[in-house]
Amino acid sequence: MAVDMTLPIPREVSRAERGDRLFVVGGKVLWLCLLGIAVLMPLLAIFWRGFSSEAGQGGGLIAARELLSSANFHWLLGNSLKVSLSVAAIVVPLAYLFAYALQRTMIPGKAIWRGLSLLPLMAPSMLPGIALVYLFGNQGLLRGLLAENVYGFWGIVLGEVIYTFPHALMILLSALSLADARLFDAASSMGASPARAFRSITWPATRQAVFAAFCLVFTLTITDFGVPVVVGGDYQVLALEAYKAVVGQQQFGRGALIGMVLLLPALFSFGVDAWLRRRHGDAMSGRAQVFQPAPSRLRDGCYLAIVLLICAVLLLVFGMAVYSSLVKFWPYNLSLSLNHYRFEDTAGGGWLAYRNSLTLALCTALAGSVLIFTGAYLMEKTQGQKGLTLALRLLSFVPMAVPGLVLGLGYVFFFNLNGNPLHVFYGTMTLLVACTIAHYLTTAQMTATTALRQLDAEFEAAALSLKAPLYRHFLRVTVPICLPALLDIVRYLFVSAMTTVSAAIFLYSPSTILAAVAVLNMDDAGNVGGAAAMSSLILFTSAGVSLLLAWASRGALRRSQAWRQSAPGQ
Amino acid sequence: MFKPLALVVAVLSAFSLNAFAKTELTVYTALEAEQLKTYKKAFEQANPDVEIKWVRDSTGIITAKLLAEKDRPQADVVWGLAASSLAILDQQGMLDNYAPKDLDKIGKNYRDAANPPAWVGMDVWAATLCFNTVEAEKQGLTKPVSWQDLTKPEYKGKIVMPNPASSGTGFLDVSAWLQTFGEKQGWQYMDDLHQNIGQYVHSGSKPCKLAASGEFPIGISFEYPAVQLKRQGAPLDIILPKEGLGWEIEATAVIKGTAHAEAAKKLADFSASPAAMELYKDNFAVLAQPGIAKPQTELPADYEQRLIKNDFAWASKHRDSILAEWRKRYDGKSEKVAGQ
Repeated sequence: MAVDMTLPIPREVSRAERGDRLFVVGGKVLWLCLLGIAVLMPLLAIFWRGFSSEAGQGGGLIAARELLSSANFHWLLGNSLKVSLSVAAIVVPLAYLFAYALQRTMIPGKAIWRGLSLLPLMAPSMLPGIALVYLFGNQGLLRGLLAENVYGFWGIVLGEVIYTFPHALMILLSALSLADARLFDAASSMGASPARAFRSITWPATRQAVFAAFCLVFTLTITDFGVPVVVGGDYQVLALEAYKAVVGQQQFGRGALIGMVLLLPALFSFGVDAWLRRRHGDAMSGRAQVFQPAPSRLRDGCYLAIVLLICAVLLLVFGMAVYSSLVKFWPYNLSLSLNHYRFEDTAGGGWLAYRNSLTLALCTALAGSVLIFTGAYLMEKTQGQKGLTLALRLLSFVPMAVPGLVLGLGYVFFFNLNGNPLHVFYGTMTLLVACTIAHYLTTAQMTATTALRQLDAEFEAAALSLKAPLYRHFLRVTVPICLPALLDIVRYLFVSAMTTVSAAIFLYSPSTILAAVAVLNMDDAGNVGGAAAMSSLILFTSAGVSLLLAWASRGALRRSQAWRQSAPGQ
Repeated sequence: MFKPLALVVAVLSAFSLNAFAKTELTVYTALEAEQLKTYKKAFEQANPDVEIKWVRDSTGIITAKLLAEKDRPQADVVWGLAASSLAILDQQGMLDNYAPKDLDKIGKNYRDAANPPAWVGMDVWAATLCFNTVEAEKQGLTKPVSWQDLTKPEYKGKIVMPNPASSGTGFLDVSAWLQTFGEKQGWQYMDDLHQNIGQYVHSGSKPCKLAASGEFPIGISFEYPAVQLKRQGAPLDIILPKEGLGWEIEATAVIKGTAHAEAAKKLADFSASPAAMELYKDNFAVLAQPGIAKPQTELPADYEQRLIKNDFAWASKHRDSILAEWRKRYDGKSEKVAGQ
């Protein structure tokens, strides 16, 4: 980096170049500082807690060795791995088929299926669990269909499959959205079967996304405690153990140690992602023709059946949750009422919690999408500052593997430290926003990165040769091209902020309590009807905002994405 | 144009003056949510210059939160938290010993022994069985009358209890069994009970709510949710096992170093006052001030006599080792099945 900057410059530095350097280097340094404060320092605080052997905290090296060698830990780790691998193995193929159906076939009603598939994203992870209890619990509607009640391994797997499905789908949809029609034309003119074309064109272009989706689902599952806490029964997993260690036993050290174990999958996926990246070429060159699928009765019929089946399951689960929130006293009095929506008299903070969640979601979505997309652009599309870029990439991969609970505790340890000038933010909405952006950074960034990687580097080269400043290129070319992905990020951050609970539970103050925290509190206290009601409210809000954004995205597509359509005259 | 603006400014400044005049008191609590409104209103009526801001959560979370904030406490005062939790905070030097005005009226078992005390009791909550009569009939279950009954094979998979590692109510049960049965028989009893547990949950009131909805017919819980749910029409029998009930004190304490010490002490005064006891008595059958409680129709008249002789010092001292042993034995119910 230093070499770059001290290179003798033959001619006077133009204003555009100076502006570019400010944009690139300044942007990267600023983003690094923000990530340092919002991700690294809280995490270091966790490590400090994990390795400090303060009495009764369950931390320290001796405690770590004891933990790692205990049979109970092996059992928990085995459970976590079994659940997470099962969920990933189920979700990724399903999401791939679903994404393929939406992007590469001619099935009718794509907008509806896409909307329905995003449902699980719009409610706290407790909601699928709550719905499963009403469906397959001992008093469940469909209890007769299962030999055992739902509590345990299959309950967690089912709940997590539903919860993580849209997360995987987002990545795969983005990866499958762009394809070069010329390749498919060439394949078919050479007599290749569709299967052959898939193997040699589609699969190589998307396998990195498949891997990314697999890693994301795996880490989301291994770090989630919302589903296990509702339907896990006595089948326990590591994330729940961290939650219990902290909440029940006040052993912050032990929670921090388990949190560190849960970091490993992220480090692993970072390594493999970096390795895959080196082998991956640009999928979309500047001269690409947008691929349009040809109609095929059989193919479309099959995919429609798959899509319908998945959507039916999702509708059943979410319909059940909404229905149960309206039932007076399950299962003895099935008359409908809005009693569960009277939040003033129940635990959690009532309507204040809901209003706070709205504020949090708005701020997170706006600030987060601007920061994350710009950060991703700087990392992907600018040369130089290799060390800085690598540090940014490492840092931005970390949050995915940090259980929200651990991140939240890290925030408590760091921001509530004596002598930390940032303490003024403690308990404020600002800190909740920062924590939420940090928590959901990785997925949003992966969406941005996937979209950006599909743009040929030729675009930047063209801008450079036209002597257009990079930031202008970024604002006038990159942002409009990636607008659909950008709006996806806004939507993702909004709904994630609406639904987050795990980090926030340690960060809220009386005036900043959140709706999803209220859901967990109500479910924990056994007020399942109230929890279902608040979840449903979150669901409706998120869905409403998503519809609004989808509508905006359609308008934007029409205005600035004409290049995606086929050539004129067709 | 100008006049309405001036009016707005005047109104706003009046509001802000009003807001400045009131002390905002951050109160951490594990009280049931439906109790908060009444308690807050009563306190603010008696102390119009103070405004309560609640932070409510379950016992475990509130205690964990207080400990996490040890270096820089956010709470001014704690109103309604398990005395065993407050004892832990006291050991960490986080409480400000204070003798409220009506301390002499508080029963000596219901306050910290130090003088002035670190915490002062409000009321008592105790172990209760919630038994769903509809499901019992459906599944042909006989009504248990003792803790020992719960180990009968007919209840296999039918019982829910709170995990003592996360729930104050769960710990109170375990500590009571160890004290009444003796340590060896106590663990033997829990081994047998473990065979019948359908699920361990993380809150003390949830087992009763699960029993009320028939999800699991028997819940090991405490009396407050049992009484409330029965009043709401849930098909519950409230059973007080004949060996005696484990119990815990709900208490109040001032946080050391609070910026609003005066207001915090006003709240501590109020919490121990006869006026507050009048509020508690609607929810609890045993109060820290003797002679005020009224019998609850859902509970027997000799309720207080059914509480065991509880050695809090012993329980607090051995909390860590008891929980470690409990976790070793029962955490991860399917552990043995999994072959570990």
